Amino acid sequence: MSNTVIDIENISKQYMLGSFGTGTLSHDLNRWWARVRGKEDPFLRVGDTNDRTKKSDSDFVWALRDISFKVEQGDVVGIIGKNGAGKSTLLKILSRVTSPTLGSIKIKGRLASLLEVGTGFHSEMTGRENIFMNGSIMGMTKQEIKSKLDEIVDFAGVAKYIDTPVKRYSSGMMVRLGFAVAAHLEPEILVVDEVLAVGDAEFQKKAVGKMQDVAHGKGRTVLFVSHNMAAVRSLCTRGVVLKNGMVDFMGSVPDSLEHYLKNEDDKRKQFIIDNPMKTKSTIKIHNIEINGTKETQSVIASGQEFVDVLIEGTTTEDMTTDVMLVFKNKDGMPMASYALGHYKGKLIACPKGDFSFLRRIALPKILNKGLLYVDLFLHHPMMEWQMWMNNCCILECEGYQEGYGKALDMPNYGIMGLDDFQ
Amino acid sequence: MEEKWDYIITREKKLFDIDFKEIWRYRTLIFMYVKRDFVTFYKQTILGPLWYFIQPIFTTIMFMFVFGGIAGISTDGVPQAVFYMGGLLCWNYFADCFNRSSNVFSANKGVFGKVYFPRLVVPLAGVISNLIKFGIQLTLFLFVYLYFVFNGVHFNINASILLTPFLIVMLAMLGLGGGMLVSSLTIKYRDLNFLISFGIGLLMYGTPVIYPLSVLRDSHPEYLWMLLANPLTSIIEAFKYAFTGVGMFSWFYLLYSLVFTIVIFAWGLVVFNRVQRNFMDVI
Repeated sequence: MSNTVIDIENISKQYMLGSFGTGTLSHDLNRWWARVRGKEDPFLRVGDTNDRTKKSDSDFVWALRDISFKVEQGDVVGIIGKNGAGKSTLLKILSRVTSPTLGSIKIKGRLASLLEVGTGFHSEMTGRENIFMNGSIMGMTKQEIKSKLDEIVDFAGVAKYIDTPVKRYSSGMMVRLGFAVAAHLEPEILVVDEVLAVGDAEFQKKAVGKMQDVAHGKGRTVLFVSHNMAAVRSLCTRGVVLKNGMVDFMGSVPDSLEHYLKNEDDKRKQFIIDNPMKTKSTIKIHNIEINGTKETQSVIASGQEFVDVLIEGTTTEDMTTDVMLVFKNKDGMPMASYALGHYKGKLIACPKGDFSFLRRIALPKILNKGLLYVDLFLHHPMMEWQMWMNNCCILECEGYQEGYGKALDMPNYGIMGLDDFQ
Repeated sequence: MEEKWDYIITREKKLFDIDFKEIWRYRTLIFMYVKRDFVTFYKQTILGPLWYFIQPIFTTIMFMFVFGGIAGISTDGVPQAVFYMGGLLCWNYFADCFNRSSNVFSANKGVFGKVYFPRLVVPLAGVISNLIKFGIQLTLFLFVYLYFVFNGVHFNINASILLTPFLIVMLAMLGLGGGMLVSSLTIKYRDLNFLISFGIGLLMYGTPVIYPLSVLRDSHPEYLWMLLANPLTSIIEAFKYAFTGVGMFSWFYLLYSLVFTIVIFAWGLVVFNRVQRNFMDVI
């Protein structure tokens, strides 16, 4: 017997576009008539793939189309994809909140989901009552909850408030309590959807630790949906990339992430200025050059000491501004920032009319090999945003270590502040 | 080699595929829902659980004034307080079960949208917590009843009183079944919400709650069949008959109500079970 605990076969999910109302009754009657005659549902044949950027001709859309994969016991599967790729729909089907239009999923063992913590909390009930309520919604029995009550209260850090109605709790306490219950479930399969985005830092650490325990320590199976590439990289053992409702790639985590990110990069325009940009209505940007080029992709050579940034545009009113850049690694993790407005209070008084800002940013003496993604901003610190571009360009670093002259190829995490080149 | 799966998620399901074992596993949850109803009922109230008594007392007094006093509708010689309170008790139980079941999906979409558990748990819990409320109010009814007994009113209490538990179950099933049927339809066709909210209020007048069946039989015999077609009629009349010896008690109509109840309940269960799997996409 194999160790497959989840077997997903040709799962598809169809949704109707537009609003229900007129037409619903006629569709229902049509379906019923087809069923009576023993025919296939007439609306199953139509439907577009889920590309939300294109206007659809059909009233139906396939949120998921022919998803098939197997999950072995002990796998920690990271499911990644853009917004709308079908990740949440897949998890909803897995946790049986909704059912698939076609296909089947076979599951061995108890599956519990952390789609959202604190489900079923009632604000009038006390913390203790809510633990029982929430736990039983998740499928625990009274004995199970009782035996873990102390642990849960402890983990959530709400011992003092346990007999107070949760409406008096702070939102952080509420979230911690919810997660604590969920974390003490002992399902064979755990489904997690971006819960780690909440809570304070200390609690997040606890939560990630708990997930790691579940994943690595006890041989349980975890399905993890996240936009946080770093979390996926550190927690998961396998990756599934969804795109427009279909499986785009499946394999090891590094390969999956690379595939996903490469796909993102391909969409980028050739010139920086053509990438998505938001500006205040009073500002128009005519030209952006980073690292001496208008092109989105450029190379930071080994030993290069600075990066030039040029922004040219027009403003229709006087403004106080500053240029800010954030350099991120391929997981979207900030590595360094250039923000003299913040660091030194250095601001530019820019009169109405054309402007041109040129900055020469000093690079550190040691530089990792790999890609840097750049966010570019014009802002009046703490006052307003005037222009911002996320991932406006990609800098390919060859890597350099001063004194050795060779590339440094080692992941490092931490953020550093960059200054003007002297 | 055939592998053993714990459960399989697919689109198709058999008509009567209701997993009662699973519902049993979730009995803690049923208990918690019932507890929640009571815990939250009197939180931050001064009178607390007394509200369970205040509502039927005042309604009965109002009925005595309006229907007994102003309209002068006969109660067949039964003291008005006993007559109205008895009818109201049964009616309220039915209506509470019905209302609670009929908005299961819209009232719980937040929870239902996030986590799976057998949806039937919620209306079942509603029936149970309403039953407890019914039990509390029944003691009130018995107090009023005994008050009249000690004051020399003679009731023809009879053996059919043994049927009351059975009548109560029928009321519950009728309310639950009808409510589930409606809940499944309202998620898609919200028109029904409007129809139901005043329809259930009107139905009370189409049921011998505030008047005895005999009054209608004497004044408008041509409409009698409509009342008899209402499955609640024979149940409520039988309840009143059991305690007071006045009213209609007919095995035939009780059997009719029973069949009607079973059909509605089974139908509601099947439809509910079908809808629960996909309602999140529609609601």
